[in-house]
Amino acid sequence: MSRQQQQQQRTPLKVTDTVVEVKSKFEAEYRRFAVKKNGPGGFQEFYGLLQTIHQIPGVDVLLGYADVHGDLLPINNDDNFHKAVSSANPLLRIIITKKEDEPVVFGTNSLQRRKKGLGLTGLRTPGAGSTHSKNRTGLMIGMPQNFRQVSSIIDVDILPETHRRVRLHKHGTHKPLGFYIRDGVSVRVTPQGVEKVPGVFISRLVRGGLAESTGLLGVNDEILEVNGIDVAGKSLDQVTDMMVANSHNLIVTVKPANQRNNVMHRGSKTSMGNSGSVGSAGSTGSILSHDSPSPASQSNPITASNSIAEGDSDDEDDDGDIILENDSLMPHDSHQVTDSNNVNLNRDSPTNGPHSSTVVRPLPQSVSLPSSVGASLSDSSMTSNYNRNTAHTASNRQESMREDGTIITL
Amino acid sequence: MKRFRRHGHESDRDRLKQELFQFNKTVEHGFPHQPSALGYSPSLQLLAIGTRSGAIKLYGVPGVEFMGLHDENAAVTQVHFLPHQVELVTLLDDNSLHMWTLRAHKGLSELLEMGRFTLTGPPGAPPSVTRVTTVLAHSSGELLLLGTEGGHVFIVEVPGFRELEERNISLDQVASSVPDDYIGRRNLEHVEALQESPVNPDQVVIGYGRGLMVIWDLRKRCAIQHIPATQQLESVWWTEEESYILSSHSDGSYCRWMVGGKDVNEEKEKSDIPYGHFPCKAISKIVHLSTADGASYGDRHCITVIHGKTHVALDFTSRIIDFFVIREGPQWDPSALVVLVEEELVVIDLQTEGWPVIQTPYLVPLHSSAITCSHHISVIPLKLWERITAAGDLQNAHYSKKPWPITGGQNLASDPPQRDLLLTGHEDGTVRFWDASGVCLYPMYKLSTAGVFHTDADPNDNMNQGTEGEWPPFRKVGCFDPYSDDPRLGIQKIHLCKYSGYLTVAGTAGQILVLELNDEAAEQTVEAKVVDLLQGQEGFRWKGHTRLDARDEPVLFPPGFQPFALVQCQPPAVVTALTLHSEWKLVAFGTSHGFGVYDYQQKNSILIKCTLNPSDQLAMEGPLSRVKSIKKSLRQSFRRIRRSRVSLRKHHASNAAKLHDANARLEAELAEMELAPVQRKIEARSSDDSFTGLVRMLYFADTFLLDSSHNTPSLWAGTNGGCVFAYMLRLPPVEHRADEPVTAHPAKEIQLMHRAPVVGIVVLDGCGAPLPEPLEVAHDLARSPDMQGSHHLLVISEEQFKVFTLPKVSTKMKLKLTAMDGSRVRRVGVAWFGSSRSEDYSESGLVVLTNQGDVHVVSLPAVKMQVHYPCIRREDVSGIASCVFTKHGQGFYLISPSEFERFSLSTRYLVEPRCLVEAPPKSATSSQHRPQPDRASSAYSAARPVMEHALLNDESEYLRETEERMY
Repeated sequence: MSRQQQQQQRTPLKVTDTVVEVKSKFEAEYRRFAVKKNGPGGFQEFYGLLQTIHQIPGVDVLLGYADVHGDLLPINNDDNFHKAVSSANPLLRIIITKKEDEPVVFGTNSLQRRKKGLGLTGLRTPGAGSTHSKNRTGLMIGMPQNFRQVSSIIDVDILPETHRRVRLHKHGTHKPLGFYIRDGVSVRVTPQGVEKVPGVFISRLVRGGLAESTGLLGVNDEILEVNGIDVAGKSLDQVTDMMVANSHNLIVTVKPANQRNNVMHRGSKTSMGNSGSVGSAGSTGSILSHDSPSPASQSNPITASNSIAEGDSDDEDDDGDIILENDSLMPHDSHQVTDSNNVNLNRDSPTNGPHSSTVVRPLPQSVSLPSSVGASLSDSSMTSNYNRNTAHTASNRQESMREDGTIITL
Repeated sequence: MKRFRRHGHESDRDRLKQELFQFNKTVEHGFPHQPSALGYSPSLQLLAIGTRSGAIKLYGVPGVEFMGLHDENAAVTQVHFLPHQVELVTLLDDNSLHMWTLRAHKGLSELLEMGRFTLTGPPGAPPSVTRVTTVLAHSSGELLLLGTEGGHVFIVEVPGFRELEERNISLDQVASSVPDDYIGRRNLEHVEALQESPVNPDQVVIGYGRGLMVIWDLRKRCAIQHIPATQQLESVWWTEEESYILSSHSDGSYCRWMVGGKDVNEEKEKSDIPYGHFPCKAISKIVHLSTADGASYGDRHCITVIHGKTHVALDFTSRIIDFFVIREGPQWDPSALVVLVEEELVVIDLQTEGWPVIQTPYLVPLHSSAITCSHHISVIPLKLWERITAAGDLQNAHYSKKPWPITGGQNLASDPPQRDLLLTGHEDGTVRFWDASGVCLYPMYKLSTAGVFHTDADPNDNMNQGTEGEWPPFRKVGCFDPYSDDPRLGIQKIHLCKYSGYLTVAGTAGQILVLELNDEAAEQTVEAKVVDLLQGQEGFRWKGHTRLDARDEPVLFPPGFQPFALVQCQPPAVVTALTLHSEWKLVAFGTSHGFGVYDYQQKNSILIKCTLNPSDQLAMEGPLSRVKSIKKSLRQSFRRIRRSRVSLRKHHASNAAKLHDANARLEAELAEMELAPVQRKIEARSSDDSFTGLVRMLYFADTFLLDSSHNTPSLWAGTNGGCVFAYMLRLPPVEHRADEPVTAHPAKEIQLMHRAPVVGIVVLDGCGAPLPEPLEVAHDLARSPDMQGSHHLLVISEEQFKVFTLPKVSTKMKLKLTAMDGSRVRRVGVAWFGSSRSEDYSESGLVVLTNQGDVHVVSLPAVKMQVHYPCIRREDVSGIASCVFTKHGQGFYLISPSEFERFSLSTRYLVEPRCLVEAPPKSATSSQHRPQPDRASSAYSAARPVMEHALLNDESEYLRETEERMY
């Protein structure tokens, strides 16, 4: 649905192209070739082709490709193969793994996770699930990290019922977080009686924003924590800055103004939890997850839960810094200083490859994201962006920057 | 086991931290904001200033400073030293009296509050009865006479603040001892003045507001004489011979009254209105000394000094708070007039022909033009120091050669370990050089950049204003001049290379000047170069100010820093980043539109880069439109309020029901206003945000930019949108430096994902130490950087500290600040910390000031938080913005427009006053070297030549007797 449209928007120039560039990787080796876009054949054909190209006939391998969001998705049937080809933007990146190897983890940021050794599960995708020897049950249930993460209520089991911890995932969407906060007065019940203390509350939701469309946050919800850090005693501006600094993986613990939709604890009926406004998930959707049961922290429910303390998300947002490097720089004349082309040159310099016709002298460059997604992967996505940029000669820097923004969310 | 070891390690580190870091606010430099009272102790030779915020500051010989703060948030209205003692009394405008003392502790004096006191009247009396208007510290040092608004004089014993009720001089007592025929009850208003007789400590003159003066004998408790002046009284002065009383009045006149034995002498001896015929403003204080006569005079903040035929009206630029005269020599001649005006302290040498001003070694008005930026340079080489001093001395030729006349106390601080300079940029285009090595921030040299440009005002305008034959004979004194001719001249960034003497300053209208130190005056043309930072960017409308108009003709520059190159940015936006590399002879500058590099040897620009985001309307239009829109919205909201008031009034006219209706509506409106809360948008920063292209940071480094075997010169630029640009610079060999071009090539670009403004860039060498400054190694003042190990790039954004590897840029380490506690980096500097325990241990670290006003030390190269201390109030935005750090862990920030607070994070470098003030010897006459006596006895000494010796003896006998009795 919307994603499909999105991708159509993102690759409007591919219509005329008839071939798709493919870059495949097996162990440390890369191969580059092209396949026809309109008639690439089926999965088996492609599988054979790869075995030939990599000179590994008879070796059982698993195929994966990097989609536009940088996720590693499996190719194991005709459908997802065609999907992979059609969404190549413009390069189709294939990653080949031996079946005997440590199993691949597909899904969000799976490349990164694999590197960290967090991936524990095998490849379980429809049609190929039974290939793994350990997986005898044949059940097609994937592990949480095999799915694209969406905004969710987390840590239900360790928080008091009156509180809700919400993770807002901007992943893959252009939606704004879409809420405002304000100062207010919170009423606390203490042994000494009722006490009024300053608090921070959600003041407004932006229509169509993540907060509103997921239904996880509501106006007048009191903010208790931001990414595991208590906001008590902090000024509105401090809380704002904390939230903005964590905006790529924002986890807020709130005390909802509307206490009727509270999630029941495990043990009681879980199905009750996802009712009412919580269930009104938009395209991003919201789910309940119990991903980090930690009995130890039961006694002190408002401490950072595993999901926060773990810090995996922490690294993930950071390493999204975009780094352009000019590896082999050739001498320029100093005259270009006053030459307004210089700006263009600089802006478009990463456009090596077929679309760099506008550049006077293309510079061999490597573009890298420091994350474990790998230089090559980001290369492709960067190139795509810059290709687009050059193709639209009229496109300005702002657009290119926005594109960069998308890449950041890898 | 492992845990155990780590624990040990941590406690080691904790101990080390204690040896390296400590936080102290050490001294306040500059002129106290909003002074409200002045006091002077001739015996201690200490000056005291009270402020409207309740601070009390004492100054003696340069280096001797004390500061105290009243707990009450009330203005200090009067300060009086107790004669011959180390105590002083302050009166606050909440009518409380406070006793302070200088107590010696471990060989150093401290200013401590000893006690407080509020006068209590009889039950049921109106508050005016006990509202203190005047304070007289009696020469015995044991009594305070408090004149009140109700007309009573209360007598209080000090230092215990014990009320001596039986000795109070009530209105009734006075009225009864003054004959009724010229004393209407109405004349006995509030007590305006209290003066002790300079000869007979038992006699005081009480001056009442309506003009009546009564000489009262404290011992006999009766009025001896009364003087029926008819004009509103301003002040009273009892001349030293005890024969006259001078009174000054609100109509601008003063009178001299004979003090005689006979009560009936009511004729004024002499009356004069110095300025004219027509009554003018009040003379609020009059002082008559044996040889000179001073009077304060209103309209233009003037003090008139009349001495024989010499008559000068000193014209100050701000309101006069108070003044006193210092006297010295065997004749107790007046030597200096000390005037406290609202914005500065002016001391006039009365012994030198022409009465020149003595330059103050402290209390200098930092804000004589508003401070717009500051820059600190540590460890100045002696050669440069001497040259700057010499240039400054030439500028100060008009000051008196006399030494500073306030010499109380002993400065026990050891000489500062190094020569430090603080440079302040000002709104009027000047840069002031301050000696910041010690406790006194001493002015060294002033550089003006206005001469390079055509400005509306002729620089000679302010000079020699006095025209011949003008009456009154005004003479302008003081340097406080807050009126800037052209705000575009304002200095925004300063960078000085202490080794080469090259200075670059940049200003509000995109001007960048490169200056060099020259010991001779020179006439030269400053070559202007306009650089277009937009680089063809379209859709741009600059609505801000125009570029400054540079002079084409040669300009004569006095010895000192002389400009030789000028770069003007187009659009002429304020320069936001500036750096200079004296070895490469390059200057890099940035504005909200982009940045550039200028080669000041060849005088051409070698790099221009536009960083502007075309969707950023605010940056596109310039600063003015934004101000306008705020003004507009303000105006609209006022209009709305006014409209609602008008409608309310209409309702009021009609009937009560409607009024009620309107009230309800207004209340609802108000409630709505209150309900509409301050709210903050929570959104990730995007590239569309405003001023993302603004250049925040420029940094030159010789490092491994492209490969790990060859280091090259490089330029690093950081923007407000979290982007870092790196350029490789190619410099020709030294022998061809003058003719072969310098080139710059783009090498790297880093877009920080969190997009927070980049506030610092540092390259760390192979050992993890920050690269030294240019020429530092050449001058043997720094270890040459380690070029063997791999270098690292440290990027400091407002939110994070991040270490990247070089030459291949990838994240190595990071420290998140904002995500953890919601504070943001406002100021950052690299500092070097030495251990207090062992001489040879030191480490470098980052000193950080956050928007919450806290200072942090972050270790290098591991970027770990070490210590943090609260430093500035979070609401004090201008204080936080003004903060500068030194290379040795100290810092300065403005606590008011005119004062820097100095603080230190280092255990080794601490500049703080260490001084001792000893109580003057009690027996006044014996010692030859005794400090100058207090007024009563000073008058006594001054009067000595005219008195018979026998009488003198009698008097002193008598004095002692009285003292005993009073005790």
